Amino acid sequence: MSDLQDLYQELILDHNKRPRNRRKLADAHRRAEGYNPLCGDHVTVYVRVEDDIVREVTFEGSGCAISTASASLMTESLEGKSLDEAKALFEKFHDLLTDEPVDREQGPALGKLEVFSGVHAYPARVKCATLAWHTVNAALEDAGEVVSTE
Amino acid sequence: MSTVPSTDKPSKHGRRRDGGDSDSEVVRRRRDFPALDQQVHGRPLIYLDNAATTQKPRAVIDAVRRYYESDNANIHRGVHQLSVRATDAYEAARVKVQRFIGAARREEIIFVRGTTEAINLVAQSYGRSRFDAGDEIVISAMEHHSNIVPWQILCEQTGATLRVVPINDDGDIELDAFEVLLGPRTKLVAMVHVSNALGTVNPIADVIEIAHRRNVPVLVDGAQAAPHLAIDVQALDCDFYTISGHKLFGPTGVGVLYGKTSLLDSMPPYQGGGDMIRTVTFEKSTYAELPAKFEAGTPNIAGGVGLGAAVDYVSSIGLDKIAAYESTLLAAATEALSAIPEVRLIGTARDKASVVSFVIEGIHPHDVGTVLDQEGIAIRTGHHCAQPVMQRFGVPATARASLAFYNTFDEIDALAAAVRKAIKVFA
Repeated sequence: MSDLQDLYQELILDHNKRPRNRRKLADAHRRAEGYNPLCGDHVTVYVRVEDDIVREVTFEGSGCAISTASASLMTESLEGKSLDEAKALFEKFHDLLTDEPVDREQGPALGKLEVFSGVHAYPARVKCATLAWHTVNAALEDAGEVVSTE
Repeated sequence: MSTVPSTDKPSKHGRRRDGGDSDSEVVRRRRDFPALDQQVHGRPLIYLDNAATTQKPRAVIDAVRRYYESDNANIHRGVHQLSVRATDAYEAARVKVQRFIGAARREEIIFVRGTTEAINLVAQSYGRSRFDAGDEIVISAMEHHSNIVPWQILCEQTGATLRVVPINDDGDIELDAFEVLLGPRTKLVAMVHVSNALGTVNPIADVIEIAHRRNVPVLVDGAQAAPHLAIDVQALDCDFYTISGHKLFGPTGVGVLYGKTSLLDSMPPYQGGGDMIRTVTFEKSTYAELPAKFEAGTPNIAGGVGLGAAVDYVSSIGLDKIAAYESTLLAAATEALSAIPEVRLIGTARDKASVVSFVIEGIHPHDVGTVLDQEGIAIRTGHHCAQPVMQRFGVPATARASLAFYNTFDEIDALAAAVRKAIKVFA
């Protein structure tokens, strides 16, 4: 069962059980909604951006362990990042989950997000891990619409 | 050598709960299904996703292969030998289906892509030609999207409205409410026979009788019923009945619309093209007789032949025997999962087919599905194309184990053990 532990690493299980920053952000500058029609998961992401720096990110919604942990860890990872860094981090995270090679020397460090490397082996679950990220991307680009991972 | 789990050790349940069937007979049947004999993630495959699609017996695979290897030709048009053989095989399949569901005439069997196309056909041909603004179509709260969306499209086109019969907390239809919903403007009742998400077997004969008392015709979505129950469309007196071949151990891309001759005759064609005409001029075309009128273009000939083989296969076991065995399997699965405190069953109707939908406190169904997959167990997780059912029960999704006559009691034990394991992983 090492395969299963590669996917559901301790940090993921922990963030699933106790999601960080799962609340509405009263003074959010932007928000966006994400929807995964495959599993029916909805997520709302709130961001507070000052001087092109992401100051705070929160989310609401519930989903599978992968999507909940991903949203939770995302809120922590983005705090203090510039808008450009946030975008670069999203792209790097996306590469980590798909077949793209990840250049760890360049751009912002993945840090704790490395725990999602096991998702790569579960193609059906990649969208679970990227839902919150697609949504925050939409919020940061001020798209403000419901984004879908389909 | 087969990798059937029940051959590894004597069944814990033995012959006590096997509904008059012996384990060895199940093992023999399993050998008819090549896809069941494989390992997934290093474990013997336990296939519990039969409501999504069933595995195919060798008889079906062989029939399709034989058709392509020796009889392949277009049907209803050639004088050459292969075309005659292909036409004969296809039309023989129609008669097999006719007998399988007890239709009065072979012309009442229209081959389509599946239940989805069958319902769209009725909506666009029957509904569009006779429904007006203010007319009503009655469906139930447990319908698959394929028995909701075609009617919504029709409502947009005609101004008709959709009325929905509620279901109770067990997943049983509320027959009293159904009776109240039928009004002077009700033009059609479209209802599922067996719910794919809940397993509920609807009292469809009562539904038909109540509707007919008010002269309202009834379409029955039989996609999930045909693999589990003996169907007799004349005894039911339904006006339309739909079947999907791939849920009945046949190929994908072929299904059946049954309709009473009087209704089918009165309906305009659904699609225009070859095979459905009698004469064509640029001024006007006249249409062929049933069933060709509704079968425009070259059909899924191999699929039809395969469906005929599937019907033969299922009939050779007998649906009464299948239903009896599956009900003991269902009882075992219900008991095994109910014994786990964190599990909540969704769908506890009085009369159920072998479908067990469930949620686990604090664990998303997709995570359950992934853990089970690692154990070689295939179940469906999600909304099962029945989002209104999920909303009714206040869950985003469920995990669903759907059983067929080739499943064993050992597989039920493995399912329960894997569910316990999932609970441990996410505790």
